[in-house]
Amino acid sequence: MDTDYRLINHKGQKEMTITEKILAAHAGKDSVEPGELIMAKLDIILANDVTAPIGIEEFRRAGAKHVFDKNKVVLVADHFVPNKDIKSAQQCKMMRDFAREQGLKNYFDVGQMGIEHALLPEQGLVLPGDAVVGADSHTCTYGAVGAFATGVGSTDFAAAMITGEAWFRVPESMKFIYYGQRQKWVSGKDLILYTIGDIGVDGALYKAMEFTGETIAKLSMDSRLAMCNMAIEAGGKSGIAPPDEITLEYVKTRASREFKVYASDPDAEYCDVREYDVSKIELQVAFPYKPENSKGISQVGNIQIDQAVIGSCTNGRMEDLRMAAEVLKGKKVHPYVRLIVIPATQNIYLQALREGLIEVFIEAGGAVSTPTCGPCLGGHTGVLAEGERCISTTNRNFRTRMGHEDSEVYLSGPAVAAASAVLGRIGSPGEVY
Amino acid sequence: MNQATTNIDQRTNNSEGDRKVRLKGRAWKFGDDVNTDEIIPAIYLNTTDPKEMAIHCMEGIAPDFTKKIAPGDIIVADKNFGCGSSREHAPIAIKAAGISCVIAKSFARIFYRNAINIGLPILECEEAARRIDEGDQIEVDLELGIITNLTKNENYKAQPFPEFMQRIIAAGGLMSYVMAKQGE
Repeated sequence: MDTDYRLINHKGQKEMTITEKILAAHAGKDSVEPGELIMAKLDIILANDVTAPIGIEEFRRAGAKHVFDKNKVVLVADHFVPNKDIKSAQQCKMMRDFAREQGLKNYFDVGQMGIEHALLPEQGLVLPGDAVVGADSHTCTYGAVGAFATGVGSTDFAAAMITGEAWFRVPESMKFIYYGQRQKWVSGKDLILYTIGDIGVDGALYKAMEFTGETIAKLSMDSRLAMCNMAIEAGGKSGIAPPDEITLEYVKTRASREFKVYASDPDAEYCDVREYDVSKIELQVAFPYKPENSKGISQVGNIQIDQAVIGSCTNGRMEDLRMAAEVLKGKKVHPYVRLIVIPATQNIYLQALREGLIEVFIEAGGAVSTPTCGPCLGGHTGVLAEGERCISTTNRNFRTRMGHEDSEVYLSGPAVAAASAVLGRIGSPGEVY
Repeated sequence: MNQATTNIDQRTNNSEGDRKVRLKGRAWKFGDDVNTDEIIPAIYLNTTDPKEMAIHCMEGIAPDFTKKIAPGDIIVADKNFGCGSSREHAPIAIKAAGISCVIAKSFARIFYRNAINIGLPILECEEAARRIDEGDQIEVDLELGIITNLTKNENYKAQPFPEFMQRIIAAGGLMSYVMAKQGE
């Protein structure tokens, strides 16, 4: 199908950032300003097995009978699946019954599903220029394909299912410019951990984070998805990587509808601009109990671990699994460590199988799971006991996040997580060889 | 679906008589960046019943919180309250536990939005967060946005909501607002 991806240029109009342009277009306005309240039409409305049930109950209570557009509501069972207990099964059943009753085109159950924020871009469900809300805080992930995407609660989700719209206060934009060559093994996850370490867990509060610069121009889509995924961990309303050739290459085989490519105007206003010399950014580790506690790997010291998790909507994609397999090939997981590897979607799992990666993980002594959010939020498939420590490619390390209140989660990219699994302590791939 | 109807009625402030504008209670103090895993750990997200969520309110940071509070009590916190997940279970748990209001120096954005949507009163006030101590008796006038510290005999003025949000609050929450508009 021929896709229309003309570059939309607002020359002659007010200079705007890419985020402002997307919001203006969806609000039916020529331009918008930060702070302005708008009502925006949505392209995709998303929820999962933990957030949909409350929304469905609100939908029913409001007396609504049909969702506004059964092609635009996406439901994914990913948090507590395959169902870990009766209550989780009841919640999935409610969501499943609703999807069938409404004739939803995009409902994903065990066997087809993936972790939502890996699944939607992979399936071409979110595209450049889209406006997306999801009842999950990591909905901001889709900024990587050049969409405006933000997390909301179950009630906003319910209202959006009825009206197809959501109100927004247009956020200010913060510009982040990355330049220079990445060190070996350093990926998008390290760049975003470093950034959150710089600005803090509320450093981008209510703002749109715009990721630009020569480093980003060469960064893979998987790494861009990891960066935008964690915009919320800095308090960001959204994250976005303005579309370029890499974006178009990614979406052109996946998109089954038209999309629009926007770009920030050269003189658009930003509330803050930060530049980072990436050549100075080491592999990062974020210490408990906040994602802002990032340190370079050389500053980590001797931290013994009990578990390593490679997966999640942040780092469960092919680039992540390939990196982990490269570190683990021919090595053995430390006898005191449980390594859990979770490919983020069925396609990724199959591809990893075909590339021999799954064999590498199992031969090393790792446990490989069907796609699920699982341990990321302490749900299942790797919950921690008292006093245990996990190095994880997930996105949050608040107290009780992965289990007992006296357990600890250290956040990193896949290379460090894989190396640490072998070493039995947090370390870098360089130490494994 | 009687069970569901009861749950939802408890969740939103949907009748004029229900919606209190003058609140009074003891202050319970928290610090910076209180997050949603602390407010309600994820293991409790497999329910839609506010009564069940209420039992685990603040369990990740203060395990005996629900045993100590009285209905009407007020949470007072520093910056970025409610950061982390979009789980609406967080403000629902706080409201269902009987907390009448959350006052903070600043709120995380999804929590702020969710609280308004479900009718949990919240106020942003740096001075109140700074001046109120644990155990102070607090009165709140939601219409005027005035917080009174009865123990210290002080008043603080909170940030007013944008007019649009005031309309949502006046309607009794987002769903009421949306359905009223659909009826227009």
